[in-house]
Amino acid sequence: MSKQAPSENRGGQSGFLDIFLPGVSALLAGRLSGFLVLGSWLTLLGVTWFRRARILDLFAHPAWDGILALLSLVVLLVATWLAGNRGSDQLTGSHEAEVGRSPVALAGRRFRRHHQAVLGLALLASLTVVTLLTPILAPFDPDVMNLSTGRLLAPSAAHWMGTDELGRDLLSRVLYGARISLIIGFLAVLIAITLGTLIGSVAGYAGGWVDAILMRIVDLFLSFPRLVLLITVVAVFQPSIPLIVVVLGLTGWMGVSRLVRGQVLSVREREYVQAARALGYGAGRVLGRHILPNVLTPVIVAATLGIGNAILAEAALSFLGLGVQPPTASWGNIIQSGGDRIIDAWWISTFPGLAIVLTVMSFNLVGDGLRDALDPRHVE
Amino acid sequence: MVARSGGPTLIRYVGRRALQAIPLLIGIVTLIFLILHLAPGDPTAIWFNPSIPPEVLDRMRVNMGVDQPLHVQYVRWVKAFLSGDFGYSYTHFRPVRDVIGDALPNTLLLGGTSLLVIFGVGCAVGSLQAVRQYGPTDSLLTFVTLFLYSMPGFWLGLMLILVASTSLSWLGLPVFGMTSVDHSLLGPLGKITDVAQHLVLPTIALGLASAAGVARYMRGEMLEVIQQDYIRTARAKGLPERTVILRHALRNALIPVVSLLGLYLPLLFGGALVIEVVFSWPGMGRLMYDGILARDYPLVMAASFLFGALVVVGSLIADLLYAFVDPRIRYE
Repeated sequence: MSKQAPSENRGGQSGFLDIFLPGVSALLAGRLSGFLVLGSWLTLLGVTWFRRARILDLFAHPAWDGILALLSLVVLLVATWLAGNRGSDQLTGSHEAEVGRSPVALAGRRFRRHHQAVLGLALLASLTVVTLLTPILAPFDPDVMNLSTGRLLAPSAAHWMGTDELGRDLLSRVLYGARISLIIGFLAVLIAITLGTLIGSVAGYAGGWVDAILMRIVDLFLSFPRLVLLITVVAVFQPSIPLIVVVLGLTGWMGVSRLVRGQVLSVREREYVQAARALGYGAGRVLGRHILPNVLTPVIVAATLGIGNAILAEAALSFLGLGVQPPTASWGNIIQSGGDRIIDAWWISTFPGLAIVLTVMSFNLVGDGLRDALDPRHVE
Repeated sequence: MVARSGGPTLIRYVGRRALQAIPLLIGIVTLIFLILHLAPGDPTAIWFNPSIPPEVLDRMRVNMGVDQPLHVQYVRWVKAFLSGDFGYSYTHFRPVRDVIGDALPNTLLLGGTSLLVIFGVGCAVGSLQAVRQYGPTDSLLTFVTLFLYSMPGFWLGLMLILVASTSLSWLGLPVFGMTSVDHSLLGPLGKITDVAQHLVLPTIALGLASAAGVARYMRGEMLEVIQQDYIRTARAKGLPERTVILRHALRNALIPVVSLLGLYLPLLFGGALVIEVVFSWPGMGRLMYDGILARDYPLVMAASFLFGALVVVGSLIADLLYAFVDPRIRYE
């Protein structure tokens, strides 16, 4: 974003007011980006002001996640300010950069016209920001109990989502749970797409019996209900977060490998691939430089949808008590802890469930939007 | 090789497709064997009890066959599983086969009713959306299906329990188990109604998310079919819109939906596992879950295998069904 030339400043000229309220001139010019930049700026300033005691506290007692949160806050403030004063009209502000920028401008435009996808991206961006800033935002320590006066309190101004059976603040636990769920989802899908790309490209490129064997393995994994396989593994080993990540990755690669294999098969005999081979390049280079870039887009789509699925699987596993172990908060185990008292303390299970639905829905919205935007056959 | 009618081609196709299921089943058994043997320690470590003397542990190892070399164990394992011998349950004190035999019908019942909901509701909603494309009904249902599609079934189950016990308690829907306490006193018709009432909530919890998925797919299929020439022809003939949609469009749009069956089966049985725990449904999922908590390994492994086998057999049926409904299918 910082590389953008000033000539691309198609929005209203950034003026004097933008120094204090970045994006205001773009907003006055009637641009959505101005609204977003100004909104982010005011929200971030508000967070800084209302949570100033907590921020000072984080300075006094530095921990790695506190430092990360403080750094993120500074980076976000600077990035928002720059976005407002450079007059960038990109919807994907720099604080959303980790969600991924589209390499093709056309696809980017199609994506931006896809309202549901934009909504999903905005939700994901907010979720990412909230996750980064959790130590600043969370009103209470998620693990501190209050057994005397704070047990099973209904939602109120002090505890927006109420408290659980040990008197812990539910909002703080849901916020910290978001971090666990998202990290597990991201890492699991990273493993899954790496493995899927590897197996798919080997199967497609080698062909013959290698292909046949690998595809039967894909069939095998597809016919095993993912949750059953997860539970079987966790039953034999001790449940831990690294184990869950690895097993989620090992049970999520089949779709990607089929995609990659199909694509490799379809371009393997093209002239440019033959040319690369004729030049004496090895299989690794031909695959990596000439074939795999073609599958990048469908793999990104699969990965986006895969994160949602991984989050759902992790939640189910933690709900059964076989995933993330208490006292570490994860959405699944918070829902489980409220399951027995769903009628007299409905809030414990309800809010983390809504968080799951919202998160998974955002990933699905973005995934669908990307698929439509990146589909070259897509006609409007 | 396009076969218009049944006959030997179809039979050969069925046979070949059934034969393909066997290596898959062996693969599933192998995978479970690998998981069990990748774990640290041998099966006797399950009873991590220092008071058991080493001689007894050795005798247990011999009894379980774990003193044999790995390949011998593997061959025995595959043979036993494929012949339906799953060993002896530590917690039920009965052969695993009998324990599972009691639970399997209950899981199949729940899975069956859920499949009806998944495809019945899914296809109906998807077609309705397609017919009303871009209208308010379509937009609303697009949002609702997306919401449901992203929802964890176990959470939906808890919410259903909450609603059925509070604001909808006048409906009197049971939220726990498969039968009421007075089930054995009821007449045959009363027994059926009793189970049916217990089925309502778990079926919704298990089926609704997948139904939303089917609806999303069905909407797309239906929209594609409606654009076809034969639909225009049907309309040009002056047929009523009802007939055009129900007889001409729906039938053709349904064909590819059948192929979704194989795709949703793993999801269905994986989901059944959690839903059975939420509603205390006495099926295989509940059995497996209790088995894990009690470290009843033979039971867990058998249930795990059967879930895989159900998907393999289900997909086989789905493929055959697909070949049956779509006369254009190539038997290759």
